Amino acid sequence: MNSNLQNAKLEPLWHTNKIVIALIFFLVASLLFFPFINPSNFQLHLMIMIFMYAVMAQSWNVIAGFSGQISLGHVIFFGIGGYTSSFFYVEYGISPWIGIIIGIFFSSLVAIAIGIPMLRLSGHYFAIATLLIGFSFQIIFQRWDLIGAASGLWIPLNWDNPWLTLQFHESKIPYYYIFLIVFLLSYFYIWILYRSKIGFKLRAIRDDPQAATSLGIPVAKYKIIAFVISAILMSPMGSLFAQYILVIEPARMFDIEISIIVLLIAVMGGVGNVWGPLIGTIILIPLSEYTRVFFGGTGGSVDLIIYGILIMLICIFRPNGLISFFPKNILERKKF
Amino acid sequence: MTNILEVKNLSKSFGGIIANNNISFEANSGEIIGIIGPNGAGKSTLFDLITGYTKPDTGGVKFNGQNILNLRPDLISSLGIGRTFQKLKPFLDQTLLENVMIGALATGINLNQARNKALEMIDLVDLIDKRHHFAKELSTGQRKRLELARAMATEPKLLMMDEVTGGVDQKTVPGLVRLIKKLNKLGVTILTIEHNMKVIMDISHKILALDQGKKIAFDKPKTVQLNEKVIDAYLGGVNATSS
Repeated sequence: MNSNLQNAKLEPLWHTNKIVIALIFFLVASLLFFPFINPSNFQLHLMIMIFMYAVMAQSWNVIAGFSGQISLGHVIFFGIGGYTSSFFYVEYGISPWIGIIIGIFFSSLVAIAIGIPMLRLSGHYFAIATLLIGFSFQIIFQRWDLIGAASGLWIPLNWDNPWLTLQFHESKIPYYYIFLIVFLLSYFYIWILYRSKIGFKLRAIRDDPQAATSLGIPVAKYKIIAFVISAILMSPMGSLFAQYILVIEPARMFDIEISIIVLLIAVMGGVGNVWGPLIGTIILIPLSEYTRVFFGGTGGSVDLIIYGILIMLICIFRPNGLISFFPKNILERKKF
Repeated sequence: MTNILEVKNLSKSFGGIIANNNISFEANSGEIIGIIGPNGAGKSTLFDLITGYTKPDTGGVKFNGQNILNLRPDLISSLGIGRTFQKLKPFLDQTLLENVMIGALATGINLNQARNKALEMIDLVDLIDKRHHFAKELSTGQRKRLELARAMATEPKLLMMDEVTGGVDQKTVPGLVRLIKKLNKLGVTILTIEHNMKVIMDISHKILALDQGKKIAFDKPKTVQLNEKVIDAYLGGVNATSS
């Protein structure tokens, strides 16, 4: 064996920058400590929205960035998660924690059911199909009497067992920690996924499905796996959001704007890597929330106008997203 | 030598165009079979039919005695048929090492084993110093080597190469030829489409010549070289040249 090969085999499989690891630990510690500096309710709400959208954008990143399928109807998993946990709590008194698990189960089933026929489509066709599926779900839920049709579900207030019923009426801090933990677990899972055999195979499919097939990768199977993983990440966000606002309706839980926003966040931050969606969220969600504060109500959709302008700038000057400001070797690997 | 690939009466039409017309041939284990023919002769279609990317109208393909005609390309690959493409298909946003690791993972090994196997294949194609370069940073010749290393990492018994020396400068060709011979010495049966006649005559044990979708010769290089139909297909025929 020649010495170059021998040396190459001695290298660690992954070269993660120690500074980045230290920075991550510092950020996690800061986030855990944040409620102790007496933030306002708005600041806590802002952080909760950042955690939620960071996970949702990551969910979209799994299907689009890892396996190359542009989904425009990702909100359906958010809606299914929210409706499942709320319905089981309202009708049968089942704890939303269990409802989250049931929601994940239903979202996974839906991902498989629609994924099998739809993931045979590619490019624009898949995007259009997911967009229409998103609209279809909203219409179905608006007409489904069992789950409150267009008026939705009102989750009965409960003061007795806040942790069991996932209702906290006096402070947003418990919500903050719940969303934070789900956010951290989700990102840790995606970090592991990126470095796993599945991660390698998904990136191969994203880059060139035909070449991936020639290497023995069953493309359809792995696309469905990605779709299910994506749904598993998205669904709990719907359940937690439902418990956070306590009133859900199809117009909100299946709002196509949610699909578009998670897409914009991921594209702005950079798709196909672990950190892009987080960077996009940190920029776009505060922007969105502050425009609501300044312009009132829904912000007059000023946030969407600003999103549009930013996306245009990103497409022109940084087509790989804001993540491209960071050298790739800092985040993932050593490059000689 | 045992028969590893058997192609029988394979035909494929696209609309009114007959891409492959009743083609039959066999490859024995350890052989290098060169496939030649003018543009549009049906060489790449034949590759696509064997590897499952296109379904034939009629005919059959057996690999190691097993009928592989209706299998998906990924299943055909996992049986031991590797291939490269005429239009290169490296995973551009991934490093050379990652590209080859993806091939190695097809054999069911873990990431560390895949990394070591990929490094051995990269060393085999003489690109060990470039292992951390992204595929998009490599030259055409290096990308061809990448595809060979990636296909080899799947441990194929039969490797199908579509114009390995096409599109590279003349200095790169001898190295690629040496590499093909090296892969063959490792026991891999090779089917290679080539336009470079010097290369095909040098490396092939047998040559399959196609013209307008039909097999016009299948024999040893020296015999094929003298075949009138082959000369006719390549030079345009005696009548054409004399008029």
